[in-house]
Amino acid sequence: MNLSGIVKGILFQIVGSFIGAGIMGGIRALMGLPWKTEPAIVLGGLVGAIAFMVGVGAFKDWWKMALGEEVTEASEVVGKQGLSRYFGFSLDHKVIGIQYGILSMVLLVLGGSLALIFRVELAQSGLQLLNFVQFNTLVGLHGMVLIASILMGIAAMSNYVVPLLIGAEDMAFPRLNAFSFWIAVPASIILMSSMFFGGFETGWTAYPPLSVRGPMGIQMFFLGVFIVGYSSILGALNLIATILTMRTKGMGLFKMPIFAWSVLATSIISLTATQLIGLSFQLVMFERLFGMSFFTPSDGGNPILFQHLFWFYSHPAVYIFVLPGLGIISELLPVFVRKPLFGYKWVAMSSMGIALTGFLVWGHHMFTAGIEEYLRVPFMYSTLLVAVPTGVKFFSWVATIWQGKARFPVPMLFVLGGIIVFLLGGLTGPPNGTVSTDLHLHDTYYIVGHFHNTMFGGFIFPIFAAIYYWYPKITGRRMSETLGKIHFYLMTPSFFLMTFGQMRIGLLGMRRRIADYDPAMGFDFTQLLITIGGYLIAISILVFFYNLIVSAKKGESATGNIWNSRSPEWDILPSPAPVHNYAGIHFNVVGEPYDYGLIGSKYVELAQGIHQREESD
Amino acid sequence: MSSINNAIVSYQQKLAINRLGLWLFFASDAFMFGGLLVARFYLLGNKNLNLDQTLGLLVTSILLISSFFMNRAEVMVSEGNHKGFITSLVITILLGISFLVGVVGLEWGSAHFGPGDGAEGAVFYMMTGMHAFHVLTGIIFLSLVLRNGLNKKYTPEKHYAVEASANYWHFVDVVWIIYYPVLYLMGTI
Ligand code: HEM
Ligand SMILES: [Cu+2]
Repeated sequence: MNLSGIVKGILFQIVGSFIGAGIMGGIRALMGLPWKTEPAIVLGGLVGAIAFMVGVGAFKDWWKMALGEEVTEASEVVGKQGLSRYFGFSLDHKVIGIQYGILSMVLLVLGGSLALIFRVELAQSGLQLLNFVQFNTLVGLHGMVLIASILMGIAAMSNYVVPLLIGAEDMAFPRLNAFSFWIAVPASIILMSSMFFGGFETGWTAYPPLSVRGPMGIQMFFLGVFIVGYSSILGALNLIATILTMRTKGMGLFKMPIFAWSVLATSIISLTATQLIGLSFQLVMFERLFGMSFFTPSDGGNPILFQHLFWFYSHPAVYIFVLPGLGIISELLPVFVRKPLFGYKWVAMSSMGIALTGFLVWGHHMFTAGIEEYLRVPFMYSTLLVAVPTGVKFFSWVATIWQGKARFPVPMLFVLGGIIVFLLGGLTGPPNGTVSTDLHLHDTYYIVGHFHNTMFGGFIFPIFAAIYYWYPKITGRRMSETLGKIHFYLMTPSFFLMTFGQMRIGLLGMRRRIADYDPAMGFDFTQLLITIGGYLIAISILVFFYNLIVSAKKGESATGNIWNSRSPEWDILPSPAPVHNYAGIHFNVVGEPYDYGLIGSKYVELAQGIHQREESD
Repeated sequence: MSSINNAIVSYQQKLAINRLGLWLFFASDAFMFGGLLVARFYLLGNKNLNLDQTLGLLVTSILLISSFFMNRAEVMVSEGNHKGFITSLVITILLGISFLVGVVGLEWGSAHFGPGDGAEGAVFYMMTGMHAFHVLTGIIFLSLVLRNGLNKKYTPEKHYAVEASANYWHFVDVVWIIYYPVLYLMGTI
């Protein structure tokens, strides 16, 4: 039988989960304890995830290595061709990048659908569709599934693009790379399965004491996130090693494309901070399983500890979500305005600056939580400090656009949309970071509006830009401009409808994570508009998917440097990108990456001096 | 399949990349251990856990001595001293197992609280448990290295697996050097 990797993995996961649950039941029986579902599903989930990895074949080579046997060099492994390669274990960073992309889009659809369901509930006051636990489960899962989708999305962009940008043949650790991707698949399944074990009531932040007491679906939520977190840690490790050691000859750190800088900054955060969310979730799991009292005050614990550990990751995490997207904006903007990126070094350093200051601000989520009084003002100042490196990026973009010869194909539209929406996110942040105003805003729909601005501006718009931009590199065809424009012009206003609605009712006192509201508050109409905005966004994304799938076969063929880009993957490689990237091609870095419009300047050139493209406009 | 990038296939360069990867992993793991330290101070402040000092000193010495033998093993394999390498490795593994027996077997059995007994129990079992888990994985790595060493898979030039597991072992040791005073020595009862 020749099952594709993923099918085999899932079958293994199902069997593994039952075995794990059975083992736990057996252990408890031996100890003379009755059956209890909660520990059984936790062990079942864990064993299931490992079984998935066995099924998909992720351990095969490592097992051989552990036994001291030789394994084929990753670059010599001959992968499958055609569509089926995306559904099995592959070591090629381009394949893995697409796999991440598919997973990201699947999670986007799942997470988005959850929101569409609970938005129906909120469209009117009163309870129509859901009960409280269902509503809370949907809200919490919507948040976390989309966070997973974002993590997969940035991994998709980084994996596919970074080695091409820096002239590497693959990632530093191809097997680890494949492992990081595949482990996220069973993790996503586990995360989603929390719905079927009673759900959970806490929202995505999973604060104890509620998470210690509520239904056991929270365990699957914790376990799923924990494993996704490991995927993200290992992926980040790989990207840092790749960027630091695999750049082509002559590409100094300050000569590399700006996207590589933002991925480097992001990866430093993911590598380190992610451990803390994993730990905080693990502690709650153990509190539930073994009665270890970390967070229950009556027993010596302290729930604020959880918030510290959780936000120590989850604030920096917001920069994980947006830095790659902002990198995409800086990367594509010069291509479409035919001007050098303004202040390259400053932009590169601002990513690092955001990453580092991002570690110092987590307390701004806890202004109302009862943290020590003297901590609030320092956290307020550090929070507002982040605006400085972020501002650097905005000034650079504006200065880059200034007097440029702008073209407006679909990727550029999404770049501009991203800038504007992210600006809105940046402007709505400081009121939350200022203690006095946050006391009013905390836990309202205003916060929801704020972070949707940042996430859409910093991730959703840029990743769409990236997909429209690099799609020809993947398929050799371009996506339809008309459908792309429909997607953009439908999504953007709908988004504004949604987010302004959210911020408006938030300012008026609508609480977040509440299934119902008093009709006397007068929110009904705005809530309905938000729901309509949400559905319109969903429709625009359906248009995008249609475009994505149909263009793979029917799109206009595009094998050359269709955007007139200077970076090596367009300037040197044909589309679709060859299996071994730059194998057999020698190229040198001879200039600055973004000197668009400078006559005669080049970024990369083939070593033998055969066909090189000079800047002609 | 040769390209300019493929030059990294040269063993030295690959070694450098592997080393970097390992250190990045340590950096990541250190944050997790750091988080547990934060939990200890946040929940218990300056409180002493009133543990068995003799046992604590004993397991700590055992782990430190094991790190010494691990270092010997690594030096010996690079000098081509096969027998010495195997002996030191075996001693390291045995000391590692004794450490686990000391912490998980004796200390956990004799401590005056269980994991469910308030914040002290929670913090103590979590910290020692997480560390013991790392020691256990270290022992598994070392056993694989021992198996391959007995099969003569390592040469003085090529023995990255030995180096990596040795570094891991030292890393876990350093964690304990911080955890030991924090759990056993500091504070007032
Ligand atoms: C100028 C920059 C920013 C500032 C000053 C800022 C400030 C804040 C503050 C103080 C809060 C907590 C509000 C509260 O709960 O009372 C908050 C929430 C949030 N922010 Fe930002 N933020 C900024 C940028 C971003 C960015 C770039 C993102 C990411 C993508 C982001 C994502 C979030 C999220 C997800 C929440 C909600 C967390 C929750 O569920 O409670 N923010 N922001
Ligand atoms: Cu924050």
